[in-house]
Amino acid sequence: MTIEQSQLENLLKRKFPDAKIKVEDLAGDNNHYSVFIESQVFNDLNRVQQHQLVYKSLDGLMDKELHAMQLQTKGK
Amino acid sequence: MSLEIGLKTKIEDLINSKDVFLFMKGNPDFPMCGFSSTASAILKKCGVEFGHCNVLDNEDVREGIKLYSNWPTIPQLYIKKEFIGGCDIMKEMAESGELLELLTTRGIATKIT
Repeated sequence: MTIEQSQLENLLKRKFPDAKIKVEDLAGDNNHYSVFIESQVFNDLNRVQQHQLVYKSLDGLMDKELHAMQLQTKGK
Repeated sequence: MSLEIGLKTKIEDLINSKDVFLFMKGNPDFPMCGFSSTASAILKKCGVEFGHCNVLDNEDVREGIKLYSNWPTIPQLYIKKEFIGGCDIMKEMAESGELLELLTTRGIATKIT
C-alpha cells in the first residue's frame, strides 16, 4: 500500500500550515520518502515529541502505508 | 488498543536488562532491515555494549513496543529505560556527537572504533 507524493505533501501542509516542508521520493515507489518539516509547533518539543507529532498527524498512515519515512524536524 | 499487562512487563524486562537496549529487525550481526542495520552499526561504532531483541521473532513485542513508546516503527533505542528514538534520531544524534555525550553523561562505557 503506498501514498502519492502530492497526497503526502498536501496532508502535511494541512496539518502544519505555517511550515516549510520538503518531501523527497527516495525510491520512486511511493513508499520511501524523506520529509523535512520546519514549524513553530516544534519549538518547545524535543526530537521524539516532534516526530511523534508528525506521526500522529499522518493518521495511522505510518507503518501500513509508509514502510519507512526518513524524517527531519526543526523549530522556527 | 491498550498494552496488555503481561506484554508490558515482558517489554520492560527487556528494556531493563541492559543500560542500552535496541529493538530491531534481525540482530546486530544479521540485521533484517536497512534502518535496523544503521541503528546497530551506530551503536557498534560507539563501542557500547547493548542488548537487542529481534522483533521478527517476537511478533507480540513488535506490536507492543509501538504502543509502549507511542512510536510506530522499528528500530527503537532505549538508554537507561528512556526511549531515545528511531533510526533518524539516532543518525542525527550520532552525527552531532550528542549520542556519545548522552552515553557518557549516563555513565555508560564507550570505546569509539
